[in-house]
Amino acid sequence: MLLLTCPCCGVTAEETEFAPGGEAHLKRFGPGSADEDYESYMFNRKNPRGVHFERWRHAYGCGKWFLAARDTITLEVFGTYPAQTTEPPAEIVEKIKDRRPDWEGYA
Amino acid sequence: MSENLTSALPNAEFAGFVALREAGLQGMITLRGDLGSKALSKALSEATGCALPAQRKITTKGDHALAWMSPDELLILCPHDKAPKLVVTLSKALSGEFATLANVSDARAVFQISGPGWRDALAKISPVDFSTLAPGDLRRTRAAQVAAAILVDGPEEVRVICFRSVAQYMFDLLKTATAPGSEPMLYR
Repeated sequence: MLLLTCPCCGVTAEETEFAPGGEAHLKRFGPGSADEDYESYMFNRKNPRGVHFERWRHAYGCGKWFLAARDTITLEVFGTYPAQTTEPPAEIVEKIKDRRPDWEGYA
Repeated sequence: MSENLTSALPNAEFAGFVALREAGLQGMITLRGDLGSKALSKALSEATGCALPAQRKITTKGDHALAWMSPDELLILCPHDKAPKLVVTLSKALSGEFATLANVSDARAVFQISGPGWRDALAKISPVDFSTLAPGDLRRTRAAQVAAAILVDGPEEVRVICFRSVAQYMFDLLKTATAPGSEPMLYR
């Protein structure tokens, strides 16, 4: 079971109260962009074993989107942070490095 | 306005290990806007007498209450017949502000649960640690398969608000959850 804390309303709830929204921090490539960029934006996802950044929505609660850093194998949650963030915040990265010294970092 | 207004399940009642009843007509107004705005909190306190609630809290004054629903949403509770007028009053007071109002009174159903076992009853259908909830708190969550807002009015008194379209589902669900002799004794 995955326990997430919504940064918008402060509630810590279990997975069924949330709706998953796929990988976080995607950069959009729209009309006019190179085909490879567009293909990568549309279809290619990291899908890692281990540290992952995801979008979640507090569907049954406040209804807001937020981002979460978690481990896809152990389900350990490193932290959640507001959706208005273009890359993982420094304190979350610090925490992940602390817990997973061999993590190659966010790229 | 029609004289035949009825709530979702008029007079529906059930006596389980807690008392369950449909709460009847309840005026409800959804306000979306910038909750940090001074003009908004002033307009609200003038119209309802309630202070702006803190995160996940309810403030009550007489038969009016303000409930914190999300960072940009409040639920205004008032007597059912006063809701349309209150929308007009607030719309005028908030003209030019970043805020919208909608009278949702007849889109919702309210159930009242009374008794010391309310935590045990709701714990069966919602993924919430109810020991963290105290009077004056509000928790939006799900009850089995539908969305619900739980308003804690007193130590042994809570209200559950859901969409009117799922009122029968919610009532049947609460009946099952509060069936006599089925108390899990988690919180007592």
